Amino acid sequence: MRASRNLWLGGLLTAVFSLAAVISFAWVPYDVTKLDIGAKLLSPSWAHPLGTDHFGRDILSMIMVGARTSIAVAIVAVGIGMALGVPLGLAAAARKGSLLDEVIMRGNDLIFAFPSLLIAIMITAVFGASAVNAIIAIGIFNIPVFARLVRGAALSLWTRDFVLAARVSGKGPVRISAEHILPNVTNLLIVQGTIQFSLGILAEAALSYVGLGAQPPLPSWGRMLADAQTMFSFKPHLAIFPGLAILLTVLGLNLMGDGLRDLLDPRLRRAQR
Amino acid sequence: MKLMKFAAASALAMTVAGGALAKTDITLAMQLEPPHLDPTSAAAGAIDSVLYSNVFEGLTRFAEDGSIQPGLARSWEISDDGLTYTFTLAEGVTFHDGTAMDSEDVKFSLDRARAEDSANAQKALFDSIASVEAVDAQTVKLTLSEPNGSMLFNLAWGDAVIVAPESIENIKQQPVGTGAFTFEDWVQGDSITLKRNEDYWGEAPALEEVNFKFISDPTAGFAAMMAEDVDVFAGYPAPENIPQFEADPRFQVIVGNTEGETILSTNNKMSPFDNVKVRRAMAHAIDRQAIIDGAMFGLGTPIGTHFAPHHPDYVDLTGMSDYDPEKARALLAEAGFEDGFETTLKLPPPSYARRGGEIIAAQLREVGIETEISNLEWAQWLEQVFKGKDYGLTIVSHTEPFDIGIYARPDYYFQYDSAEFQEMNAALSAESDPEKRSALLEDMQRLIAEDAVNGYLFQLAIPTIAKAGVRGLWENAPTQANDMTGVYWEE
Repeated sequence: MRASRNLWLGGLLTAVFSLAAVISFAWVPYDVTKLDIGAKLLSPSWAHPLGTDHFGRDILSMIMVGARTSIAVAIVAVGIGMALGVPLGLAAAARKGSLLDEVIMRGNDLIFAFPSLLIAIMITAVFGASAVNAIIAIGIFNIPVFARLVRGAALSLWTRDFVLAARVSGKGPVRISAEHILPNVTNLLIVQGTIQFSLGILAEAALSYVGLGAQPPLPSWGRMLADAQTMFSFKPHLAIFPGLAILLTVLGLNLMGDGLRDLLDPRLRRAQR
Repeated sequence: MKLMKFAAASALAMTVAGGALAKTDITLAMQLEPPHLDPTSAAAGAIDSVLYSNVFEGLTRFAEDGSIQPGLARSWEISDDGLTYTFTLAEGVTFHDGTAMDSEDVKFSLDRARAEDSANAQKALFDSIASVEAVDAQTVKLTLSEPNGSMLFNLAWGDAVIVAPESIENIKQQPVGTGAFTFEDWVQGDSITLKRNEDYWGEAPALEEVNFKFISDPTAGFAAMMAEDVDVFAGYPAPENIPQFEADPRFQVIVGNTEGETILSTNNKMSPFDNVKVRRAMAHAIDRQAIIDGAMFGLGTPIGTHFAPHHPDYVDLTGMSDYDPEKARALLAEAGFEDGFETTLKLPPPSYARRGGEIIAAQLREVGIETEISNLEWAQWLEQVFKGKDYGLTIVSHTEPFDIGIYARPDYYFQYDSAEFQEMNAALSAESDPEKRSALLEDMQRLIAEDAVNGYLFQLAIPTIAKAGVRGLWENAPTQANDMTGVYWEE
């Protein structure tokens, strides 16, 4: 098993932003909840490496704390998707063709059929804009992704000999799913989880951009972009840095996802040999 | 043959465009769209921004400098006891639907506005009118229950315009007035078109067509202006872009005064704001200059009370609520909130509110007051805050002229109930001696500053961006209006 260049580069980018988020709990260059109007719209300098925004807040500090918001929202959203989607997918596969399978999979189709961002906007518009509601909205759309993935993989596993052996030895579908199917789809889940994680960060940025994600004073990359809009023409650094943060994080996660798939997916591994 | 015709036509078109004829249409953008088109039954200033003086006229009208000029009433006489006003109406005035405008219409309009079940947003303007009498077709007599020094001023408001009983039914969609422009079309969510009224009784306007375009997003507004899709942006929402327009020879920037006292409205009936110490503490926690610089990029004049600084009776009371976080903390501790408290801060869309809100939230946090910010659309704001009074704090600009009287209304959304102030206000209405009025006004300004009813932030300035060739726009906004009757293009 050799890690690819993708994995290294992706892992590095992801690590940088995760580290920034972790460090921000203990230390940031400037307090992001304090405004210093006198120091507004400064261009990058030694005191403020990435400049300051229209309220005089340090952009580097805001990106660090914003990383926290993005990562937290994305992790929890992917967590919701996995926690609900994986059992649903396992159950659907265990009872293939039954009414349960139909209900679960058609329900998934229903969620899939909606444009996810529009529904997320609707949810936050109805229940109020907040980071929590953004998490729920993004999380809901992760459920069918994982349910489908797991069901598809599990279906092929159910025909395998070791599952047959487990059935013969008298194990019920719940135990087989938990002990034999789930461990064999973990690799897939890690890969898909990484991809969904990057999509979650994008979705959070999009929701914040339209004002429906994390609310002030909590910094968020999407809102930094939105705030920068009218000033972008004369202070480009306001939009460039949060934009780069989003771009690099998402790029990093996608590269890492690709790399992990190359590394973990047994089918691909065999093909490469 | 067809081709020739086309060539000839385009040649003609080119000569017209290239000739000395000035443009006769204009597109004016503003941020807010009116909810409907009846200025006499809603508080929304956007209605007046489109219709005041263009489509609807009152007996008197505001001029650009805030002075009161004759409107449909060409002259008037006031009896010595100040109780009877006799107005002589302009002759030959017709509504846009062709019906004549006479004293019966004036009586109808004023009686409708002051009726028990009237939906007028400024009913208090008509409180002192006891009766309206149509003496003859051209003469109207107003009898007051008590002398009212501001009657002529009150009648100039957009809420007091003259409407016709024949067209009142559909006024919200099809406004029919007497003004120099007729209502043509309303594409909801986009624009309203007005056309020149060829039968106008007064001086005909230079413009033949006026398009009001509604662009709520500041970025889209900037793009539309830069692309010259719109000719004028009244109340340009992104003050940070003004230097760019100033540097561009295609545009002119006009920064004028408004009657907009921008305040941190406080729900005076809600705990802990029912405690005057808490309100005073907040007043000291707020750094006005930081808000003006941060939210408005320097546009705006600090105020210490609910009164326009360009008004002769204004008293500068900003010193009573100077920025002093230490004092604010001490006052909070005195009131029993050493550890601060939490409240809601509901913000309508304008940038003074959204940005100002973030700055105020940070300043209040400094003294221990945590605010939960929620951004509302105007309709939600009117419903929840203005009507429902379901809020702790909000930021809004009160753009009505000379509106200190709202503090005498305990049911107004900030729910300030002071018998002392109400007495003063009653005394002011009855007083016509200018010196005594000034003294009373000063006392009133002082009282609300002392009670720290609301956080008084700054007087809103109105930046208007226009193409360089546009002339005759109002610089100041004595009332919410875009009077297009005097606007023209200079070659």
